[in-house]
Formats: sequence, structure tokens, C-alpha cells
Amino acid sequence: MTKVRTQTIGAVRRTFAPWNDPTATPLIRFENVVKRFGAFTAVDHISLDIYEREFFALLGPSGCGKTTLMRMLAGFEEPTDGRITLAGQDLTGVPPYERPVNMMFQSYALFPHMSVADNIAFGPRQAGMAKGEVAARVEEMLALVKLQAFAKRKPHQLSGGQRQRVALARAVANRPKVLLLDEPLGALDKKLREETQFELMDLQQSLGMTFLIVTHDQEEAMTVADRIAVMNNGVLVQVDPPAAIYEQPATKYVADFIGDVNIIPCKVEGCFGTDLRLVTPLTPHPLQVTHAGEQKVGDEVVLAIRPEKLRISLDAPDAAAGNCFTGTIWDIGYLGDLSVYHVELPCGTRIKVSQPNLSRVVERPITWEDKVYVTFTPHAGVVLSQ
Amino acid sequence: MNRGPTWFNVTSLVLGFAFLYIPILLLIIYSFNGSRLVTIWGGFSTEWYVALVNDDQLLDAVWVTLRVAALSSAVATVLGTMAALALTRYGRFTGRSLFSGMTYAPLVMPEVITGLSLLLLFVAIGFERGYWTIVLAHTTFTMCFVAVVVQSRLVTFDRSLEEAALDLGCSPAKTFFIITLPLILPAVVSGFMLAFTLSMDDLVIASFTTGPGATTLPMRIYSQVRMGVTPEINAICTVMIGFIAIIVLIASIATKHQETVRRREEQAAAR
Repeated sequence: MTKVRTQTIGAVRRTFAPWNDPTATPLIRFENVVKRFGAFTAVDHISLDIYEREFFALLGPSGCGKTTLMRMLAGFEEPTDGRITLAGQDLTGVPPYERPVNMMFQSYALFPHMSVADNIAFGPRQAGMAKGEVAARVEEMLALVKLQAFAKRKPHQLSGGQRQRVALARAVANRPKVLLLDEPLGALDKKLREETQFELMDLQQSLGMTFLIVTHDQEEAMTVADRIAVMNNGVLVQVDPPAAIYEQPATKYVADFIGDVNIIPCKVEGCFGTDLRLVTPLTPHPLQVTHAGEQKVGDEVVLAIRPEKLRISLDAPDAAAGNCFTGTIWDIGYLGDLSVYHVELPCGTRIKVSQPNLSRVVERPITWEDKVYVTFTPHAGVVLSQ
Repeated sequence: MNRGPTWFNVTSLVLGFAFLYIPILLLIIYSFNGSRLVTIWGGFSTEWYVALVNDDQLLDAVWVTLRVAALSSAVATVLGTMAALALTRYGRFTGRSLFSGMTYAPLVMPEVITGLSLLLLFVAIGFERGYWTIVLAHTTFTMCFVAVVVQSRLVTFDRSLEEAALDLGCSPAKTFFIITLPLILPAVVSGFMLAFTLSMDDLVIASFTTGPGATTLPMRIYSQVRMGVTPEINAICTVMIGFIAIIVLIASIATKHQETVRRREEQAAAR
């Protein structure tokens, strides 16, 4: 039963890409939105379209403006300039209690003097729903988050994970057009957080709602979101699906912010269609890289390569293996499923290489001070401007 | 480590309590004095309590005091809570620190000055002095105490609770009454109780602002003492002490009970 359901969700998610469809109308539009607090510009001319049923993540370091952007959609802040529309309706001047948007707060903000059931019933009651309907809605929401046995408890009688579920149930009880989640899983421990991420995705699919999540945890954003907007200093740096953000970062900042990356300074020496020849102080041999960009001969660029795209070995590779660095093992981080090797190159620069630990016993494991060869294919890295 | 009482602790405790309670104890003992003379023991008697019940002037003063205290502390609670809300909620407006300082000034203002300035005001506007002027004066000086108590609760209040209510479709006014007020109620109640007791035992401000026909209990006691302390005064004071002790006892038992219930519930949740 469950398997069938996940398959259909998978099928939906595979084909879901309204942002590539020029005829699709976005549900939420940020149009040139600016927010200033005194002399500080928290949000700087952001334009962004979010589509119906999308799970959209705002990702960035703290203070990058992501929470401010969300709070403007909820109505707790008014944009200094620009406007926000929701389903075609201009939200300027609409107070938070009249917006078809609900928010799940980072602190959960459960009403401490009300029971779990009353907390969940709060929204429907304010909406003027009849008594019987409210009770039915509360039952439904409690079942959704599997807390039927806790209806009469007060928030302080619940564990952190249970509170998080009550906050979620309360926020969706009014069936908002958009659910805003402000660092929703920040207070949970790692294991519970990972479980909850998948539950959130299931919930979003089954409710058919648009979710907008604010997070500083890139793994969380990658797991749950259809698209991620990477923010820095109040501007959008890149808006793309997770795989594109990871594999084709638009700037050095994005490459560095999402996951681990080796940044190798290079100079373009030759340009042959999509093939570039780069020279770098890290190795005497020029590097062959495939890249469809507008780099010219003589440009100073960086080559960004993820640690897992590099191969490490004790034996000298044959000439066909492509690009190669030589160095010595400086440090090893054993993480169980994979090991991270820090390789020191002759020039003193250290690069990170990660390798899955595929077998339990290795004849001759790579160890400290070993001379190693680090190889990578022309497709392994991304060429970015300085 | 030895956690038992040392001679130093015991001595400080005894001296401290003796300093605080010997005068009161003496007063209570002499209220049961059979003699007319306050300082000479004439055997045990409850005659002064009987005299008390029959003293219409004194009972009238008690009634006035209670009415003044109830009304002025109720108004002071509303005004003080509003002031506390304004001071904590409106981030930075021009003159905020001036306004805040002005709210707290009556806390340190000598009562004589407060009383005198109120008297001048009432005379200037031709307000007939009596019960209502005392109520107004007491509201003025107890309001800032309420503001201080409520404000200290509001600074730790999680604003996202109100935002959550607004977000779920509740209007700002309704949010205040069903979310904010229930949560700050303990502070509001203790502010009210503080205002009530302050009003009840105020002598200076009441003396300045009163008029004919409105004599509060502290004023009555003070004027009687000037003609010589009678055991009847001791008796009324003992009744007052008993009254206040009972209120304090009930309040602390209630808080204690709430605390135990809460702790028990939290333990149940942790399981």
C-alpha cells in the first residue's frame, strides 16, 4: 500500500517542473521586493516566482534576509518597496490575519494555556467554522500527525518532537494556500530531523499545498525542496532544483556554501569548443575540462570540484585516466560510509577527496603519509569566474 | 560538607526575626490587655475587640479604606498594564526613555510631594475633595508599581505567540484578550495585589487629598494615636495583621500548588 503511494509521488515529483513552463502562472510573486530596517537592507530587490504545489526552500546563512522575506509573505513585515502577490491578489496592506497563508514558527509558538486539541482548533474557530466541523477537523489533523492520544495534553507535557507535530497540525488546520515553515526542524536531533523531513514531503504531497521553508541547513533544503533559492546579503544568488544547485553552482559562493568543494585557481590557456585547457600552480600538467561557458583564453577562473568526484589511488594511473594530481595523505577522516582524505600537494595546497568504503576489509588501506594519485575526468568540475 | 545550621546562621536568623516581629508580637499581646493603660498588663481580655465592633467611626473608616483600595487598584491595574504594554511593545519611538522614566518617577518620588501636588491640582480645578479624590490619588501612585511588575513579565513574553494567533486569523484585539492577557495574568494579579495593599496602608497621600466625610483607616488610627494609644487601636491592628497574613498565606499556597501540579505534569510528559 505504502509502496504504491510512494511510487505515484515519485512519478509526480519526476514530472513536476512548472518553473520551466512559460505558460504556468505562479502562485506567489515577489516583485522587486526591498526591505530596509533603518540603514540596513535586509532584502535587496528580490523578484521570485513560486508555483502551486511547489516545495520551495529559502537557504542561506543567518542574517541573509530569508526570514524577513518569509515574514513579509506572512504579513508581519511590510516591504519598503516592491510588492508581493498571492494568486493574483496584491498583498500590500493586507494584515496577517486576513492572508490565506499560515506559518509554522521556529519556536513552535504553541499556546501554553491551551490543550493540543484547542491549539489545533484555534485557526478553524477563528475562521468561524461550526462546532462539529471544528471537532472533525481537529480529529483529522491529530490523525495526520499521529497524536490522537495526546489531544487533552498541554504543550509542556509533550516532547520536542510531539510539539513540532502539533505546531505543524495547527498551521495546516486552516488549509492555507501556502504553508510557511521557519526553521521547522531546527530544535530536533539529527535522527528525528531526517525522519521528519520525509514526513514533511509526504504531507506536502498528500495535502497538495505549497510549502515555503526557510532553513540554514543545506541538507534539509536538498532533501525536501523541489527548488532552492540560495540567498546571501539580501539577494538571491541562485534559484534551481537541488541537483542543479549542487552540480552546476552559478557562483563560487554557492559552490562553497552547498556541500564540500575544492576551489582550484586556474587560468584558461586554450579554448576548443566546450573543451578548456587550464593551467594551475597546483600541478605542472595542464588540466582538460569540459565546460560550456563564455570563458576566453587568458581568463582567471576557479575550478570547483566536489570531493566525491575525485578518485584516489596508490598506483600511478594510465594516461587515459585524465587529469591527475600527486600528493601525500595529510589527514584521514573516517566517517563509516565514506572516508575523507586530505591530500597535500607539492605546492602546499590541501585538497579533499572522499571515497565510499565499499568493502569491509581492504588489503592495503590508504594511510597517513602515503604517496597518492588524485584523478578526475573532464566533466568532474565546474569552471566559475573568480 | 556540613549543611547543618551553624551558630552563626542560627544567631542571624534569631536576631533578624526578633527585629522584625517583636514589635508586632507586642502589639498583638497588648490587644488582649484588660487594662485601659497600654503599657501595663491588666490580665487577659477580649473587651477591646467587642468595643471595636461597636465603634461605628472605626468601621466606617475600614469600609472607606476597602472601597478606595478596591476601586483605585482596579483602575491602576488597567492603566499600569496598558503603560507596560506601550513601553515594551513600541520599539523605539521619540521620547521613549523620557516616557519610561516618567512612568517610574512616582516610585521614587517622596509621598509628601505626590500628595501636595495632587492637592494643589484638585484645589486649582475646584474638585470637591473626599472619597473620589483619594481614589484618583491612589490610582496615580499605585499605577507605576503595576507597570513595573507587568513590564518585567512582558519582556520575557514570546512575541511569536501573538504572531501565531494573528497568523491563524485572530484580530489584534481578540489576540490580546485570549492569548496575551491569560499568559500575563499572574503578573497582572500580583500587580493588583500590590496596588491594593499600597492603597490600603497609605497615610500621607490620603491625608493630603481627602476632604470631609472620607477618612481612611490609617488616618483614623493616626489621629486616635495622637490622643493616646488605646488598646482598641491594638485590636484593630491585630485584625489587620491577621487579614493580611491570611491573604499572603492563601496566595503562597496557591502558587505552591500550581508549581507542584506543573512539575508533576512535566514529569509525566518526560516519561
